[in-house]
Amino acid sequence: MSTFREITHNGLWKQNSILAQVLGLCPTLAVTSTFTNSVSLGLATAVVMALSNLSVSALRAFIPYEIRIPVFILVIASLVTIVDLAFDAWLHDLYLILGIFIPLIVTNCIVLARVEAFAAKNPVWHSAWDGFMTGFGLTCVLAVLGAAREFIGQGTLFSGIDLIIPGTHVIQVLPENYGFLIAILPPGAFIMLGMLIAVRNWIDARARARQPQVPMPQVQPA
Amino acid sequence: MSQEPIHPAAPPPASILRISTRTAFILALFCIAFTAIMAATYQATKPALEASARMEKLALINAVIPRDAYDNELLQDAITLPPVPALGLTEPTLLYRARKDGAPVALVFEAAAPDGYSGRIGLLLAVKTDGTLAAVRVTEHKETPGLGDYIDPKKDRNKAHPWISQFNDVGFAQIPAEDFKVRKDGGRIDQMAGATISPRAVTNATRRALEWVQPRTQTLFGLSDNATYQEARP
Repeated sequence: MSTFREITHNGLWKQNSILAQVLGLCPTLAVTSTFTNSVSLGLATAVVMALSNLSVSALRAFIPYEIRIPVFILVIASLVTIVDLAFDAWLHDLYLILGIFIPLIVTNCIVLARVEAFAAKNPVWHSAWDGFMTGFGLTCVLAVLGAAREFIGQGTLFSGIDLIIPGTHVIQVLPENYGFLIAILPPGAFIMLGMLIAVRNWIDARARARQPQVPMPQVQPA
Repeated sequence: MSQEPIHPAAPPPASILRISTRTAFILALFCIAFTAIMAATYQATKPALEASARMEKLALINAVIPRDAYDNELLQDAITLPPVPALGLTEPTLLYRARKDGAPVALVFEAAAPDGYSGRIGLLLAVKTDGTLAAVRVTEHKETPGLGDYIDPKKDRNKAHPWISQFNDVGFAQIPAEDFKVRKDGGRIDQMAGATISPRAVTNATRRALEWVQPRTQTLFGLSDNATYQEARP
């Protein structure tokens, strides 16, 4: 059984859902046009993943093996609906921006992947932590992607932050009339994501080159 | 022939019918339980959802007409507009009538520009009784982010004087109908270099809406609440 430390390391780095597993690209490419949008959707996904892992792990003794997938989907879809309603009710401005991407958390395969690979076999709190950490790893990547695209594309930091924290303001770094369209459009997300994956592989390769005698730990299949 | 074990957690071998019935029953239980949870959440969030929809509508209306310019229940003082081609509308919409001390102040209604760069641009206009616009706001659009989307003041980099504020307090008395075009088309409405299609669509739709509403202002104010406006036959 994995420890909380291992789970954290797996979620944030070793099995990072975007950089290592490259799962759930639809929201990754579509909403990462600003830092605020990215972090909001990332955290919403992390919450759904923590709750779905928690519920499935708690109910796993009652779920017959043959119908586990429909039950998992049912659990995930219900939780996403709840998050969707909560966003609409209490963070309405943000809801208008994230729009269809909240319901789409259902189809983010990383959610079902963690439920099936981890929560169906592990204790409740480990599962909840695994869900949250995988989601948080996703949030970190989305945040970097969003911040980079926003800065390169429109020269601002934290645009739209006032929708979440009233009274705060966007920071205009580059001149007002600055704009670099491709970074805002989806191709910019592709290019930036490729660079991030390259950086991650480079860091791993360097770490491996430094300690050639230590065997690589077994990667747990997702 | 040895059969593969179904699963460690599965019950001891039983008839297929019993297994299926049991599994179906469990699945049904899960469905009922989670539907109940969702229904409870919906009931709990319903008041907040309705309030935010109402707030959103009022916030948009407040953007085109100041709250202190009228004193009637604006959302109640509405009439239904049929899909008027001159306004670019394809389905019935509501027209709100702002009054102060009973006297007509302005009409608040929707219009649409069908010829945006990426499709329809929805507009909300407030036209005062003297024929000048109080203001215009874009309610929905799909214009290119960072290029044509400055028609929406939320996306306009110029926060002090957003592009759309040019229409504030302007009517055909200030800018004659033939000059009510973007500069690129020889008119007097400024646009930003490089992105002309979106402001042109908004400007032309605004002009058409003004032309449509001016001769009809008295009629529209005269209709009773919740009535449906009928275009007079020529």
